Amino acid sequence: MDGTKFDDALTGEQKIRNFNINFGPQHPAAHGVLRLVLELDGEIVERCDPHIGLLHRGTEKLMESRTYLQNLPYFDRLDYVAPMNQEHAWCLAIEKLTGVEVPRRASLIRVLYSEIGRILNHLLNVTTQAMDVGALTPPLWGFEEREKLMVFYERACGARLHAAYFRPGGVHQDLPGDLIDDIETWANEFPAVLADIDGLLTENRIFKQRNADIGVVSEQEALDWGFSGVMVRGSGMAWDLRRAQPYECYDEFEFQIPVGKNGDCYDRYLVRMEEMRQSLHIIHQAIAKLRAPEGQGDVLARGKITPPKRSEMKTSMEALIHHFKLYTEGFHVPEGEVYAAVEAPKGEFGVYLVADGSNKPYRAKIRAPGFLHLQAMDHIASGHQLADVAAIIGTMDVVFGEIDR
Amino acid sequence: MTNALKELGGYIELKRGDCVLGWEIAHGELNVDVALSNVTGLVEFLKTDQNCAFSTLVDITAVDYPERAKRYDVVYHLLSMYQNHRIRLRVATREDDMVPSITEVYPAANWFEREVFDMYGILFSGHPDLRRILTDYGFRGHPLRKDFPTTGYTEVRYDEVHKRVVYEPVSLVQEYRQFDFMSPWEGAEYILPGDEKQEGSK
Repeated sequence: MDGTKFDDALTGEQKIRNFNINFGPQHPAAHGVLRLVLELDGEIVERCDPHIGLLHRGTEKLMESRTYLQNLPYFDRLDYVAPMNQEHAWCLAIEKLTGVEVPRRASLIRVLYSEIGRILNHLLNVTTQAMDVGALTPPLWGFEEREKLMVFYERACGARLHAAYFRPGGVHQDLPGDLIDDIETWANEFPAVLADIDGLLTENRIFKQRNADIGVVSEQEALDWGFSGVMVRGSGMAWDLRRAQPYECYDEFEFQIPVGKNGDCYDRYLVRMEEMRQSLHIIHQAIAKLRAPEGQGDVLARGKITPPKRSEMKTSMEALIHHFKLYTEGFHVPEGEVYAAVEAPKGEFGVYLVADGSNKPYRAKIRAPGFLHLQAMDHIASGHQLADVAAIIGTMDVVFGEIDR
Repeated sequence: MTNALKELGGYIELKRGDCVLGWEIAHGELNVDVALSNVTGLVEFLKTDQNCAFSTLVDITAVDYPERAKRYDVVYHLLSMYQNHRIRLRVATREDDMVPSITEVYPAANWFEREVFDMYGILFSGHPDLRRILTDYGFRGHPLRKDFPTTGYTEVRYDEVHKRVVYEPVSLVQEYRQFDFMSPWEGAEYILPGDEKQEGSK
């Protein structure tokens, strides 16, 4: 009897061990196919191991055997919540390598639709975040507006989601005049809807209790974990690629960059709400610029990488040959490597493109912001309650199309 | 912008001449070739030095060049939110080389290195948890290598007899088509049908 054999004083019930559960892959709050292996001590999360890749489609591998233009639609299928913002990065990468100048009207249309994409994304995120913490009305209200925006997508390019509208050298087709008018009408009405959602959530007691002080990210953490977009702005850094490294014609637009103070889920919600208002502001400016005389003209930089005009093809043999070669062989991109990034609604979405001078990319790496955000899940969720995991996933704005690629 | 990058490139070479094999500016971006063994040291320098202040790791990836002796390029992208500049580091590595992990410097490198290991089979020394990340549980091979077929080796289906999903070798009804759009006047390297007769008649 050396005193070590007294564990019989604990009955089976009293022996406490940590509990492992699978959160997902099929879980409504997981925003897709995410499997989280959670180690719980009571209701407290001790460790959180995300298993991703359940939606892995091998986009990067497939891209290596397709032409540059054929690869464009893959980008719609990454972050399918705001498709055109992804296409934008791909177009910018090709334009950087080929040195093509985008015509002004195309550039303005791209800005207009990137901002529509941002509102699409934030509407989905803010409202489903509310659903994750227990409210059902906001998503119903938000999706009505999303539907209207998708109609704008459809009227510009024929597809509600998988647009393939931004093309290297411009955009596929010009916008009809009444579409611009309708977007303006919508942009005038939308603040009222936003105010409704705002009234429903911002001072809502349950929403605040579930979000304030949850998932706090400090400035240093945001840097260490490679965050971007709302995840850094919520922590107080006014970092926005549209402002810091302007691409397209964002430098001539006036807009504010909202930042959070505490870096918690609630601040990030507020930042997203304010970003929607700023996007509306940009949309109004873009519409005015599109109507100005300088905003008129062609929407494609006519040249090697874009098709000839339809009318030209009816009369010119060369144009016909050019069209045929462009859509079979595709255009060649000079050798080199570039990294092009855009401020997608979720953060910095980048494309690292290695070209070998042929008509197909030698290597294309897609840098998705959600990948890094989800990576920090273990770091952020540890020490929180199980119920907060849903709120944290919601605030990170993960979409598995882009994380799993 | 380019001038500032030139200055930065010169500065890094001056300070860490032992790590930098060469640098250039192409398409307005700074590329630095780094010696394999010195990656961690250089990355740490880039993060802590006041003039560089590369606060954020943007991306780690690799590129496969099967014809080279040092087959892979491991590529790091860094961003400084304070100085507002970017840098790309390239490390050439052999198939059996271990690349030092930079998870100690940037925690964000963890999943990126797992992904590179998953896709290319490049091993990272000092990585805390080098598991596969994107591919299936029990997957074999490294898909982004140039010698890995796009169709893969196995396919899955639900088996009514066993009442579960079964793995089988890929059986294609039709060969996976790798279209060759290259014009025969420019890049085609195959023999056009009929060309072999020309050889025979000589």
